Amino acid sequence: MSIERPSNHDFPSEAEGMDLVYCRPETLTDLPFHYCPGCSHSVVHRVLMEVVDELNIQDKTIGVAPVGCSVFAYHYMNVDMQEAAHGRATAVATGIKRVLPDRFVFSYQGDGDLAAIGTAETIHTVNRGENILMVFINNGIYGMTGGQMAPTTLVGQVTTTSPYGRQVEFAGHPIKIADMLTQLPGAYYVTRQAVHNPNGVRKLKKALTKSFQYQKEGKGTCFVEVVSNCPSGWKMTPVETVKYLEEQMFPLYPLGDLKKPDGAK
Amino acid sequence: MKEEKNKKGEARLMKGNEALAEAAIRADIDAYFGYPITPQSEILEYLEREIPKRHGLVIQAESEVASINMIYGAAGAGARVMTSSSSPGISLMQEGLSYIASAQLPCLVANVVRGGPGLGTIQPSQGDYFQAVKGGGHGDYHLIVLAPASVQEMADFVFDGFRLAEKYRNPAMILTDGALGQMMEKVILPEEGSLKKVETPWATTGKPASRDHNIITSLFIQPEKMEEVNHELQEKYKKIQSEVRFEEIQIKDAEIVLVAFGLSSRICQKTVDLAREKGLKVGLLRPITLYPFPFKRLNELAEQVNFMMSVEMNAGQMVQDVKLAVEGKVPVYFKGRMGGMIPTPEDVLEEIESVLDNEKVLQD
Ligand SMILES: Cc1ncc(C[n+]2csc(CCOP(=O)(O)OP(=O)(O)O)c2C)c(N)n1
Ligand code: SF4
Repeated sequence: MSIERPSNHDFPSEAEGMDLVYCRPETLTDLPFHYCPGCSHSVVHRVLMEVVDELNIQDKTIGVAPVGCSVFAYHYMNVDMQEAAHGRATAVATGIKRVLPDRFVFSYQGDGDLAAIGTAETIHTVNRGENILMVFINNGIYGMTGGQMAPTTLVGQVTTTSPYGRQVEFAGHPIKIADMLTQLPGAYYVTRQAVHNPNGVRKLKKALTKSFQYQKEGKGTCFVEVVSNCPSGWKMTPVETVKYLEEQMFPLYPLGDLKKPDGAK
Repeated sequence: MKEEKNKKGEARLMKGNEALAEAAIRADIDAYFGYPITPQSEILEYLEREIPKRHGLVIQAESEVASINMIYGAAGAGARVMTSSSSPGISLMQEGLSYIASAQLPCLVANVVRGGPGLGTIQPSQGDYFQAVKGGGHGDYHLIVLAPASVQEMADFVFDGFRLAEKYRNPAMILTDGALGQMMEKVILPEEGSLKKVETPWATTGKPASRDHNIITSLFIQPEKMEEVNHELQEKYKKIQSEVRFEEIQIKDAEIVLVAFGLSSRICQKTVDLAREKGLKVGLLRPITLYPFPFKRLNELAEQVNFMMSVEMNAGQMVQDVKLAVEGKVPVYFKGRMGGMIPTPEDVLEEIESVLDNEKVLQD
């Protein structure tokens, strides 16, 4: 993983007569992402670390990486991190937050991790109202293991383990776990976002910022779903995935806040 | 005078499970995460009752899978943490224990063993010996395993377990059973606050500008690196061998040695007395640490005795290690009961006598 290249923090600055309008967040390491081109993981990593930068909480933030494509999230996120077993990220986050209650703790999981093998941990973490941020990357597929069916895979969607399309008879329906979690009093803020366009990125950033603020205030669990793409698993170009998101995914997983604190806009 | 007594600790009559739980508070655990299961629910109950009045934190998790992963998180954050369960629950923790061993985090796990396999019975057993000492989960790793034989040791080994776990950054297990957990005996509790906290510069506590980010992981994707990590673990396990502990009873002139741990060692003590009354020179070696195991001492003893007999509450697990230890120098026999049944001292004596009779027949 050690690739020699100049620090991204050494990009041209005002000193050379230019205004710096965009750069890599301080809290993102210089390592190039291993994610496939156009994958949502990269964007979400960046936005998350941008928020940590802007809130100036790098020294107080502890993250938990899942098992999934983002298993190496800790290579990129320059905060203290733990790598959990498949599905157990929020139990690990619970352990951290409970012994270090004044730190900002987040978990970061895919749909297989959070909504299949880790369903019990997901539900009970939220039910306890653990004062953490849960980031949920819903790309409707198991990216890391080569594109198998996920609990969130759409009915009829072709994957390597649903070669004739997901059939309800054998695989049940796509699970809308965020909607389920809104039912739990421990969930303070539940929102569904996407990073398929700049406006989506801006909104995600707001949602993450709010979540850390709520965590600071001790409000309970904040759950941020990002309806994501997986160009490799879906066997599409990144551009095609945007269309698929808009036409197929968003109708089932509509974007917006699912549960807002009383009085919040 | 009174103060002196308090400092040393007053003798109390306690259940094994409660003594263990009280010792955990006195060992200043930062947190306990657990899930109820007989015959050890008293541990969680005791802590839920006492911790809010004193110090620390206790959470009833949704499963043993969750509790061991909460342990992983909290231990990784530098806290002194503990969980406990009984056999089926410990099976659920194996994945987590493998991760904890690989990530080299200290923690203490108590297994109050019940009869199995499957849901089994709530009666005491030693059927989890293999699981405890051979790793239990996937990959090449070991837990440090302590086997108490009294309520006193149920308390003491909490301190010893943490001391070893923190010294080696390795999960430690107290392998006990339902009888030791449930029975009441006199116990002098360890002194509160006497177990100093250790430095944990590797912990995930939030990255200050002055250091790189700390990462707790068990993922080393390059095989070269993974092998390196394995070498490091094996080196550590070698060092851990120096922590071996065992107790010898009437060994000096023994011609027959019983090998037994935990509850069965208590039974064998009585057998030794009964045998000696009959003029049979029987002694007992009780491994106190099951990992590391007293291989060396058993090998030495093999030079002195006619045979050994491993006495266990299972189908014969530790006996394999005893056989490995003696390297075929003397016969190693086995006496055991399974499924929650406990051998009596007389059963064991009978087994010794039948071996002697057989040997005589062979000689005649
Ligand atoms: C206990 C266990 N079972 C199965 C696996 C194999 N596995 C690794 S990642 C994964 C699914 C990942 O999918 P998802 O959580 O959706 O994340 P993505 O890769 O799509 O980001 C599976 C099944 C594992 N590592 N551990
Ligand atoms: S396999 Fe899919 S989820 Fe994984 S990095 Fe590639 S595009 Fe992203």
